[in-house]
Amino acid sequence: MNLDELKRIKEETLRTMTPRDEQPETKIVIGMGTCGITAGARQTLAAALEEIRVRNLTGITVAQAGCMGLCQREPLVDIVRPGSQIYRYGDVTPDRMKQIIHQHIVNDRPVYDWLVGTRNSAPER
Amino acid sequence: MELFRSHILICQGTACGSSGSEAVQKALVKEIKAAGLEKEVQVIHTGCFGFCAQGPVMVVYPEGTFYCKVTGEDAKEIVAQHLLKGRRVERLLFKDPAEEKRVDEFDQIEFFRHQKRVALRNCGQINPDNINEYIASDGYFALAKVLTEMKPEEVISMVKESGLRGRGGGGFPTGMKWEFAAKAQGDKKYVICNADEGDPGAFMDRSILEGDPHAVLEAMAIAGYAIGSDQGYIYVRAEYPIAVERLSGAITQARKVGVLGKNIFNTGFNFDIDLRLGAGAFVCGEETALMTSIEGHRGEPHTRPPYPAISGLWGKPTLINNVETFANVAQIILKGWQWFASMGTEKSKGTKVFAIAGKINNTGLIEVPMGTTLRTVIFDIGGGIPKGREFKAAQTGGPSGGCIPTQHLDIPIEYDSLLEIGSMMGSGGLIVMDESDCMVDIAKFFLDFTKDESCGKCTPCRIGTKRMLEILQKITAGEGEELDLEKLEGLAENIKTSSLCGLGQSAPNPVLSTLHFFRDEYFSHIVEKRCPAGVCEKLKKYRIIPEECKACGVCAKACPVDAITGKVKEGFAIDPEKCIKCGACLEKCKFRAIGR
Repeated sequence: MNLDELKRIKEETLRTMTPRDEQPETKIVIGMGTCGITAGARQTLAAALEEIRVRNLTGITVAQAGCMGLCQREPLVDIVRPGSQIYRYGDVTPDRMKQIIHQHIVNDRPVYDWLVGTRNSAPER
Repeated sequence: MELFRSHILICQGTACGSSGSEAVQKALVKEIKAAGLEKEVQVIHTGCFGFCAQGPVMVVYPEGTFYCKVTGEDAKEIVAQHLLKGRRVERLLFKDPAEEKRVDEFDQIEFFRHQKRVALRNCGQINPDNINEYIASDGYFALAKVLTEMKPEEVISMVKESGLRGRGGGGFPTGMKWEFAAKAQGDKKYVICNADEGDPGAFMDRSILEGDPHAVLEAMAIAGYAIGSDQGYIYVRAEYPIAVERLSGAITQARKVGVLGKNIFNTGFNFDIDLRLGAGAFVCGEETALMTSIEGHRGEPHTRPPYPAISGLWGKPTLINNVETFANVAQIILKGWQWFASMGTEKSKGTKVFAIAGKINNTGLIEVPMGTTLRTVIFDIGGGIPKGREFKAAQTGGPSGGCIPTQHLDIPIEYDSLLEIGSMMGSGGLIVMDESDCMVDIAKFFLDFTKDESCGKCTPCRIGTKRMLEILQKITAGEGEELDLEKLEGLAENIKTSSLCGLGQSAPNPVLSTLHFFRDEYFSHIVEKRCPAGVCEKLKKYRIIPEECKACGVCAKACPVDAITGKVKEGFAIDPEKCIKCGACLEKCKFRAIGR
């Protein structure tokens, strides 16, 4: 055992502990109301997890929310990052989810084609 | 490596365990599997969150939702609502008793808001059976830093500067203890962790061992490096099966990873730790008795000096620290002594863990900066006294400590201020008493405990505590005389000054402090033959209060010995000769017309 090994264990374990991170770098929030689930939100969520795993990404938590209101455009997905507006995407199929992760989260270029809208982040509680 | 989107942290400490958290965990795992979520949601067991009154408790991440009093039947709803649809299960959220509203995130709950967790930082946050999670929380980095960057003297001076004092009760400066042990000459030295927690009502050491065992192992290795020792022992009582299990698991993992054993971090430093199980004698928490017990003899204390630092276990220089003391060490090394010394008061630095029990709404385990007032602890964190009753006193320091009455509620909790008013910090047990508690009875309870636990080596402690107990029994039976109080004080003084170890030296404290603050209650028992709180069985005198009595006759029907006579609509009376003081009439009366 040396210091580098210790650091490696720390990094690796921290990745698996991201859900417990209180202030994650990125939060993917998926609308899981009845309409969202019917429209395929579960598959979208699975795709998000899969993509994070494949790309070995860190600091991302995947959360669920209740009905986001715009049932027609479900599944709806919010990308929440501190210091940035919240981006809400609509009709997010599993493939689109993967592309949003690739383009928006990794390369920091929001995918305007599927954007429903943006809004300022909720004030700190 | 598996990634999960959600982690459910469920407390598997002794308290939540005994309220059924294991069944909850099993039910959750089953329901998660049934819903096909086993690849998305991970259920992790952790140590004590501290909120034992609300157990079994759990937190669902990433939302950080705090659920309390969860049962196995709730698992299905949690999975169907929260995990599948992202909707909180409102009815399982903590309900703020003051504001009557449900609180979802646990850092918003009053109980947690005032706390500062240093020794308990990982309890309820990590899986204690997984060394990697400890490492991810900066675990063993302090040991690495000490071994690769610091000289033993630097480590000792850092602990000294931090102002850390022994958390087991005595409050001796930890750095000085380390220095004495380091300077002592010897071919072999030992580091001992005193995990023989014996005060009734105190369970902070158990919770640390159950929730964060590696914090203790790491600190012991650091201490070993600082004083030049290669062998540590943890003396833990066999009545803590979960703690023993997690500790042995932690030691095995630490050896496997290579943070215990030979040539740690390639620095040539060797250190190993073994467990020694105690059979649960209170006196074995005293350091010399503890060492005698490790050596395989009957646990009896012996004279000091020589102090353990000079001649301890098997006659070798030995460092003994308490669990909570050790739990602070790695943080001091990582964050610096300045950080630690910035918390607390001038002479008591850092934080202290308290186990709050008794007549209080939120029983549980809390950690607050030294110098926090008793009022904050009892009324803000503890949520006040249940059933709208009046606060009477708080007992700190267990059977060695004393009572703190209402007029001292605003004193800051620190070693010296507590000593000044005749109590002590002790290991951190805090028992709250209200108007329905009889102080003579409380003193009797603690003395009964120390009388049983006296090892018998010193006559004043062995026989003196017995005699004191007999006097207290006499007083609570209504046969006390005024002279008894002087006798009590005389015996107390003798026992305190002529006992060898801390057990005898402090055993009379509960009596002395109740005599000091609640002498009038003793007088009520002796002179008026009355127990003001209505606790002492033999002094209870049931009577009917004519102003309240509606003459309904319910009490007369309830009385098993026909001691109540009278006529409906006219009035009733209790015959004290016949009354057996069972209390049946008091329970049945709807108009609170029975007095005692």
